[in-house]
Amino acid sequence: MENTAVATINHLLKQFPVGGGFFTALNDVTLTFRKREFTGLVGPSGSGKTTLLNIIGGLDSPTEGTVNVLGKALDNTSHGERALLRRKHMGFIFQSYNLLPVYTVFENVELPLILNKVEEKERDEMVKEALEWVGLSDKINSRPAMLSGGECQRTAIARAIVHRPELVLADEPTANLDAENSHHIMEIMVKLNKELSTSFIFATHDEKIMAYLRRIIHLDDSQITEDEHIENPTGGPT
Amino acid sequence: MLFKIALKNLLGARLRTILNILVTAFSFFLILFVYAMYDGMLQHAKQVTMDTEIAGGAYWHPEYDPLDPMTFEDAHSVLPEDIQSLVDQDNAFPVLVSQASIYPEGRMMPTIMKGIPPDQKIVNMPTDALAGHDDSSIPVLIGKGMASDTKLEVGDAFTIRWLDADRTYDADEGVVVHVMDTENFKLDMGHIWIPLNKARSMLAMKGEATYVTYAKELPPVQNVGGWIPRDINYLVQDMEAIIEADKPGAIIMYMILLALAAMGIFNAQVLSIFRRGREIGTLMAIGMTRQRVVGLFTLEGGLNAVLAAAATLVFFGPILWYFGVHGIPLPIDYTEMGMIMAKRLIPIYTIGLVVSTTALVSLVVLIVSYIPSRRIARMQPTDALRGKAVA
Repeated sequence: MENTAVATINHLLKQFPVGGGFFTALNDVTLTFRKREFTGLVGPSGSGKTTLLNIIGGLDSPTEGTVNVLGKALDNTSHGERALLRRKHMGFIFQSYNLLPVYTVFENVELPLILNKVEEKERDEMVKEALEWVGLSDKINSRPAMLSGGECQRTAIARAIVHRPELVLADEPTANLDAENSHHIMEIMVKLNKELSTSFIFATHDEKIMAYLRRIIHLDDSQITEDEHIENPTGGPT
Repeated sequence: MLFKIALKNLLGARLRTILNILVTAFSFFLILFVYAMYDGMLQHAKQVTMDTEIAGGAYWHPEYDPLDPMTFEDAHSVLPEDIQSLVDQDNAFPVLVSQASIYPEGRMMPTIMKGIPPDQKIVNMPTDALAGHDDSSIPVLIGKGMASDTKLEVGDAFTIRWLDADRTYDADEGVVVHVMDTENFKLDMGHIWIPLNKARSMLAMKGEATYVTYAKELPPVQNVGGWIPRDINYLVQDMEAIIEADKPGAIIMYMILLALAAMGIFNAQVLSIFRRGREIGTLMAIGMTRQRVVGLFTLEGGLNAVLAAAATLVFFGPILWYFGVHGIPLPIDYTEMGMIMAKRLIPIYTIGLVVSTTALVSLVVLIVSYIPSRRIARMQPTDALRGKAVA
């Protein structure tokens, strides 16, 4: 495994204003994520895993502490610079897929490439290739409403990896899926992690995902309680 | 790039886009139609005044002031030579104006009595009805409004009393020979029209007149002998003043319609944009900047306006054309209210109106698209992703 860091977090504190006071979502979190890691942030609801994922993705800002992602110190960057970082180097996968309902599968996957101003011909090839990776070549012209949950999530994965990002952030990607689809999705991501050298960070409390992870960071009550490295993940249905 | 995405969003949204476009197109139609109707009404009033009263212009006796009946007593003389030659060539006709009182059914009513040649063809008035009557009574032409006020009908006799050039009061019997149906209330209300020669003889003003109306597109007379030339621009200036005075009203009406349209569009845009909070969050997550999100939604609004303009042409164009050609019949006669109003109102669509309305509605659509999208783009992407409502 390469040792290059894709994300470094130091003494991160994240608080949200609630009523007259503050709710602490993350407290003194210090972590380093390395290239090609396949990591899960695991913990109960409200433990801060989605907040941590959002901060790494530049969608949210830390209250205190430093966050460095792909060589950029996020606490010193503008909205525009963070948007550029996401556009060029990151992919997002959401629990509820977040596909644009008026677009076809092809158009949904094509969107990050349009934002990155990739030429049409090249775009076409890249989208088809991404859809091939996730096994959706036959659904190219379907709209999200015509797809199953698993197919929607595979489309979302294709959209997240179509521009070959260095880091993919996935928030509960299997929460809405049955066991079979969950395993299928995870197998795809493991394959992409290996073939594209893309780092994956998951926020999950799904046991099925954990079997695939090579690193599990346990969060509880806003803090890291355990950072576990697994040499040979079992993967697959048990 | 934004254009491509905006177009894709619009085409992909189908029903939402159709509804937005129809709301905007209907607003376009309403503004165009109402304003064109208003314009048509005013233009018609001007045209009617020119056709029935002003023609190409007039030469006035120096004492004549149509707004001051007290001047009529002295506002008469023989026509200057050059003006008389216009009359002789049938390019003009003289009118002799005086005050008079009429007594329909015994009631006294002050009127303006005008002597006009029955054979004139310069203005659109049925003066030929005054021709061919014997001298036993005074043939009188009145308008429908006057007939209604005096309860006179064709064949009815009534007393006319006037003051002649010798300052002697005289009276005789007048008989209504025709009731004219004119849109110009200025020929109708408070007026009686009699043959010019009869008027001259009654008033002891042989060969005299108060003003001379000449045909359209005639060159000006050089020697007017002290009479005052009143060209068409001067004579329509009171009509133009009415139009000008009505402009604030028209602008207010235009603004109200535009505001209604804007509210409709704003409502549709706000609903569509705020419902797309999660979509905006997703776009931000995959790397779209806030400015671009605002640009995208504003552009969608702009495209909406363009498509709405096309939809107006396709769906409402035939309706606008139909009314532009055939007009709209008015259910009541406005002449008695002192308004020059056509029996059928024909809207006038000027290029200026179409262009300004298109530009204005497009601008309003852009603004009402920009405001809510700017608001939602200010949200934290995490809130937008959760589809959290904007306060």
